[in-house]
Amino acid sequence: MNDTVIKVTDFRKVYGDFVAVDGVSFEVRRGEIFGLLGPNGAGKTTILEVLEGLRSSDGGVLRVMGIDPTREWRKLRNLIGVQLQSSGFPDIMRVDEALRFFSAYHGITPPYALLERLGLSEKMSTQYSMLSTGLQRRLSLAVAMAHNPPVIFLDEPTAGLDVPSRNELHALMSELRTAGTTIVLATHDMAEAEKMTDRVAILLNGKVAITGTPRELTTAGSGLTRISVRTENDSLSEQGTTFPAVNQQTFKDDYAIYYSTNPGATVSAIIGHIEAENDALIDLRVERPSLEERFLEITGTGDGK
Amino acid sequence: MSAFTNHFAFEFRSGTRDKTLLMMNYLFPLGLYLLLGFMVTGIDPTFSEKIIPAMIIIAIMSSTILSMPSPQVKAREDGIFRSYRVNGVPAISILSMPALTTIIHMVIVAAIITATAPLLFKAPLPANWAAFILFFLLTAFIFAGMGMLISVISNSIQSVVLWSQVIFIPSMMLGGLTFPDSFLPEVLARIGKLLPAIYSMKIYQGLAMNYETTFNPLWSIIILLTGGVLSYVLANYLFCWDTQNSTRRGHRALAVIALVPLILGSTLL
Repeated sequence: MNDTVIKVTDFRKVYGDFVAVDGVSFEVRRGEIFGLLGPNGAGKTTILEVLEGLRSSDGGVLRVMGIDPTREWRKLRNLIGVQLQSSGFPDIMRVDEALRFFSAYHGITPPYALLERLGLSEKMSTQYSMLSTGLQRRLSLAVAMAHNPPVIFLDEPTAGLDVPSRNELHALMSELRTAGTTIVLATHDMAEAEKMTDRVAILLNGKVAITGTPRELTTAGSGLTRISVRTENDSLSEQGTTFPAVNQQTFKDDYAIYYSTNPGATVSAIIGHIEAENDALIDLRVERPSLEERFLEITGTGDGK
Repeated sequence: MSAFTNHFAFEFRSGTRDKTLLMMNYLFPLGLYLLLGFMVTGIDPTFSEKIIPAMIIIAIMSSTILSMPSPQVKAREDGIFRSYRVNGVPAISILSMPALTTIIHMVIVAAIITATAPLLFKAPLPANWAAFILFFLLTAFIFAGMGMLISVISNSIQSVVLWSQVIFIPSMMLGGLTFPDSFLPEVLARIGKLLPAIYSMKIYQGLAMNYETTFNPLWSIIILLTGGVLSYVLANYLFCWDTQNSTRRGHRALAVIALVPLILGSTLL
């Protein structure tokens, strides 16, 4: 059985003289959350909108569930759910009307329980224009999920959401993944991408700079692990103290901070030093590079290698 | 409920929930009806003979030409049609639902005018009710089609206002609504025949009231019917979901084809 739900091969999109997307290729597998990351203008929304059938392609081959979204977009309607980044519903459309309206076009009974799940049940009679940005995003999400599509596209879904709503959305995404739904997520939020995605593609200037799992991406970077240590007598602040595998060290807020290529060896040596100096350890933290740091590294240099 | 009935119900409610639509569907035409009725019939008693068709045509123009296109253009420019597209709402529904529901609102307004005009202004009722219904349906059909076409070819509200006024104001002045077209100089009468209002009036006068008309009202039926059909076909052909990202199937100038029956009428009748 072929587990590839979305396949993009050498996709190209041009606006006038501007090449927005240039030779992008990636695959999304069934039941995974795939993140599209990149700075503004990298081409994330263009890729999503072509996959959703909203824009045409200028080159390459794109397939969503085996369907060409440019030519056969009508066939996709019940197979995908879409939360667009910038669009909405008519100002005077009420929350319950929106769910009924779009559910009817998908040929399903409106799943009102979803509104309750997304905290919209008390706003059923509120018109769209009277909802806060966060509630408008939630309604858009409810409509995208209402017909239980096998593929969902989310473009900046947590923009404008408060922390509880964001956590609720993340829980919902996890449930959908468990149920086998494939999610393509475009986001600026690196913490969200690191927490939620199975694999990501980082886009830069319309090209894929790097793809992989968040762990693969973070370990493929400079590989430096940050070790922060605080002791009772500041024995680590002595001049000339060096430890193995440390590339760089600084002191900040009573913490000695080391960037190590071999955190095991460095931590052992630090503890040995503290004991030898009759000092006492107060706090020790070992932190892998975050996806955000890796993202900044890639987008800062423009080279993902 | 089916998708059709859900969409229809939503659009119909929009016509009363949206303050601008409420104004242009009901308050403006009915207010103007009362104003003109009391003012003009005092000056020109013969106006009572045509107050029913004239005010019904004005009401239809107000709701279809002046008010219907703007929400459509705003919806498209705000990206609402994109939401519709990804959720399977067909273009034909987006185009036809506002037209259908506006016609229903106009049935209500036409009923109010027809019921009250004899009482308030001694207006004669139609002699032939079937012809009166035909007059109403053809008038609503062509103006709704034209409103739809304006919404499709306009990229902004300003553009809608421009095109709407190009039809509305000359129709008021030259369409035989406020004074007989026979009073007009030849050139202005020909210009008046480029607009649907004059043909609607001829159907009412010739077929619903059995009055003599300056040309055979059957030509009016043919002109309004073909003009309406062309408007709907062209609106569907030129429709686009999103003016920034999707292309039309043809140039907007093709919309002028909808005027061909009217141009022929102006030239030949």
